[in-house]
Amino acid sequence: MADLTLAALAAQLFTGLVLGMILVLLAVGLSLIFGLMTVVNFAHGSLYMLGAYLGFFLLGLTKNFWISLVLAPLLVGLFGLLIERVLVRPLYGRSIDDPLLLTFGLSLVLVEAARLIWGKIGLTLDPPPALAGAVNLGFSAFPLYRLFVIAVTLAVLIALWLFLEKTDVGLIIRAGSRDRLMVRALGVDLGRIWLIVFGIGTALAGLAGILAGPMRGVYAEMGVTIVIESFVVVVVGGMGSLLGAIVAGILIGEVVSLTTYFAPKLAEIMVFVVMALVLLVRPSGLFGETGLME
Amino acid sequence: MIARARTWVERHPVLSFFIFFAVFPFLVPYPAVATQVLTFGLFALGFNLLYGFTGLLSFGHAAYYGLGAYGTGIALAKLRVGSLWVGLAIGVVAAVVGGAIIGFLCLRRRGIYFAMLTLAFAQLLYFIGFHLADWTGGDDGLRGIPALPIWVPGIGSVRLNTSLAFYYFAFVLVGLAVAVLRRILDSPFGAVLQAIRENAERAAACGYNVRRVRWLAFVFSAAFTGLAGGLDALRLSVVPIESLYWTTSGQAVIMTLLGGAGTFFGPFVGAGIFLVLEERLSLITESWPLVMGAVFMVFVLFLPKGVWGTLLARLSARPTPGE
Amino acid sequence: MDRRAFLATAAVGTATLAFPHVLRGQTKDPIRIGFPSPLTGPFAVLAEDQKKGAELAVDELNARGGILGRKVEVLVRDDQLKPAIGAQRTKELIENEKCQFIVGGLAAHVQMAINEQTKKSNVLFISVSQSDEISARPDGGPLTFHEALNPTITCRAVGSWVAQNLGKKWWIVYADYAWGKQCNMVLSETLKKNGGTVLGATPYPLGSAEFSAHLPRIQAAKPEVLMSVTPGADNIAFLKQAISFGMKKDMKIAQPLHWLANAKQAGADVMSDVYGGINFYWELQDTNPSAKRYVESFQKKYGTPPQDYGCYSYSAIMEIARGAELAKSTDSEAVAKALRANREYDHYKGKQWWRACDNKAFQDMWILKAREAGKTRGDWGLFDVVTRIPGNEELERTCAEKGIA
Repeated sequence: MADLTLAALAAQLFTGLVLGMILVLLAVGLSLIFGLMTVVNFAHGSLYMLGAYLGFFLLGLTKNFWISLVLAPLLVGLFGLLIERVLVRPLYGRSIDDPLLLTFGLSLVLVEAARLIWGKIGLTLDPPPALAGAVNLGFSAFPLYRLFVIAVTLAVLIALWLFLEKTDVGLIIRAGSRDRLMVRALGVDLGRIWLIVFGIGTALAGLAGILAGPMRGVYAEMGVTIVIESFVVVVVGGMGSLLGAIVAGILIGEVVSLTTYFAPKLAEIMVFVVMALVLLVRPSGLFGETGLME
Repeated sequence: MIARARTWVERHPVLSFFIFFAVFPFLVPYPAVATQVLTFGLFALGFNLLYGFTGLLSFGHAAYYGLGAYGTGIALAKLRVGSLWVGLAIGVVAAVVGGAIIGFLCLRRRGIYFAMLTLAFAQLLYFIGFHLADWTGGDDGLRGIPALPIWVPGIGSVRLNTSLAFYYFAFVLVGLAVAVLRRILDSPFGAVLQAIRENAERAAACGYNVRRVRWLAFVFSAAFTGLAGGLDALRLSVVPIESLYWTTSGQAVIMTLLGGAGTFFGPFVGAGIFLVLEERLSLITESWPLVMGAVFMVFVLFLPKGVWGTLLARLSARPTPGE
Repeated sequence: MDRRAFLATAAVGTATLAFPHVLRGQTKDPIRIGFPSPLTGPFAVLAEDQKKGAELAVDELNARGGILGRKVEVLVRDDQLKPAIGAQRTKELIENEKCQFIVGGLAAHVQMAINEQTKKSNVLFISVSQSDEISARPDGGPLTFHEALNPTITCRAVGSWVAQNLGKKWWIVYADYAWGKQCNMVLSETLKKNGGTVLGATPYPLGSAEFSAHLPRIQAAKPEVLMSVTPGADNIAFLKQAISFGMKKDMKIAQPLHWLANAKQAGADVMSDVYGGINFYWELQDTNPSAKRYVESFQKKYGTPPQDYGCYSYSAIMEIARGAELAKSTDSEAVAKALRANREYDHYKGKQWWRACDNKAFQDMWILKAREAGKTRGDWGLFDVVTRIPGNEELERTCAEKGIA
């Protein structure tokens, strides 16, 4: 058992928060897409990877991290629009598992394409010098870049909340998540909304990728395990619930961080244990609604 | 002529299986690939029973494959059980017990939650297998599975030391499994199963215990999958830890889809396509996963019934359930 | 001529007529060496180097007439870093392609799956990546040879040097799988033997790339040396994160192995001043005649200097050639016996030899230190050579310890 000081615990909790933020970005995107379209986007991890690779590419092109940080998610979002229109839309009305299977195939293609384009060796994505170095938070020195990740994620989440709460499109999205048939009956063109949602969801994945790149490196397999973890977060939070995705993301991030401190060998499995426990007790996740995707 | 042949195959599926696979090793470049088609096909068959015929998508079928493989492997390598039959039986029992418990827990939820729970339990087993290295070999895999001779009544002791000999050994067992599956599907139980897949509420309204039927399907599915795992343990002489990993579950899904979910022979057709494709493509290009993924997407978009399923649909005017 | 003599002459005559046919048949059929390697997957770069080393060896052999007058072919197959696929490919290479020998395997678990197949078919297998078990019971066997370094040798060598030169208070971070665990164990033992203490040892799940949860604790313990047992992409992620927490200033960082491709990917800013062991580094050509010859040959064919893992494949295939020539046969048992009877060889860096009881290769290795940015030479001049550690059987477990009589 590790000796626990308050300072060490605080450092662990902060670390867990950063972990959680990346998961939240991914889970929110997945949940948006699922909530409105009941599409399980298995390619989410590859889009995360794509965000990181595009970040590297744009950084090389523009030599400016801030521009790359804005552009990379936008590009991934545009790509997401393309995916929805060309690949996912034709599957509407068919078996509910088909988009899952399709996006699974897509993820294989994207990972290999990344290797072909950018090589088999992983790449280095450097944060700008302004964000290098550590900040003394009182209990420990904490990397400035990680604080930046927390800040950016919070900003994006607030922007998303504003979008969903205060705009008409946001209203339709929220309504559509609750009752798709009704919204259609009211004459709304869901096709356009789906495009937007898929685009936003995938852009969030791309943002998570470029944010994670400087911390973990950029390599073709980087999305493979995190996609499973993000699914766990979405399921724990409740499919289709954004609040659930946020709460569950932070929860799981903290669980992993603390388990790593106290029982490192169990860290991998804790994610699944938490999910199994939550699902067995609350069948639709923490904030999910029963009857959704049954 | 084709219609007559097709009707005959439709009427005698088990016999058709036996005839085709009796000569199969001579249709492929070398016997070892034929054996692989058999064991992978059985794995997909087990998965298909649950997905194609019962309508439940499981993300964690690697668990039963792994239980079967490790059960057989540990019995033969560590417990030194002296007989291949007993080793295989232990593997199947392990898979059945796992399936019974996990199925019971997962079937309390449905849809994507069910799928994620099956994944969670499979990952849990992977983790346990990884860390119980004294029994499973951990990430080095379980090695040292002896190639024992089998005792065949009437013939005596037979060494399975050539690929062809092992093929026919597996052929007999897989054939038996196929026959059992046919019986299950043709039985009243099988009819209820498919009724539940089509419309669970109606089946419940007719008085069937939907939960119990699904659970039984889960257990049968685990048994077939476990046998496939046990056979692979013998085929490879090792049980790698990846047997329990979610990517192995993914393979069953891919093969079933390629062949045709909900069809009888689909899993074997799918296994054959997948294995041949994987091998031949990897000789042509190092980026073969890209081609594989693209092929898979094409199937989902344009050939959702899979190769066998589409073939069946084309060859007949009316749809035939349970083929 | 009496009947017996006639028959004898006829027999000899027929045999003589048949013999050139057999000879021609023999020289027609090439010698095939099967080579499973993970061409796809996270270690594709290392696999590519392995493939290059193998193909260079085959080119050189064919340029001087092949083996026993027959052309040599190497058949590379993708095993996807998965034991089941490695085993299947090996079966295919032996049964379908009729390979007489197998060389290959990256990562211990795949090597051992390949080994099970070669043992079943009585085919000689030379394994070319790290593993402690492959040369021990129950995995090892008379036809299983291990060309590469293994965790025990590497960690005893690197561990001793680091304990004697960099510091005696360590913290070890290691990947929680076979290689990582073995390294951790041997490093800890070696440190204790050298009078040091392990302040702490932290396992992490292989491939997780998220180390920030561990780092504050390590910083607080103030070790002199941080031992990073982190392969592949984890290595880079770990170093980046440790640097971002300011740890490079506070302690020395060392790892059991350096990989040239890894160092290139990480960049000098991340890798600088990190110590590690290696089986071969191309700048050795300046002082080592065997290395000079090998590097020039590799550079001529590929335009880049050789990395580390490719050397193992090169050497292994050269050994098969040497064994077959000595045995005058391509029969696996004969070749194995010939290699054990003529143990010494030198293909790319100096004297190596086989230990007869376990078919283990012993060889020199080096401690390297990564250069700072600005001090690197070209794309690949990324390391300074610190010292050479000569091949030494004491660095390895004894055959008795491995379960071999």
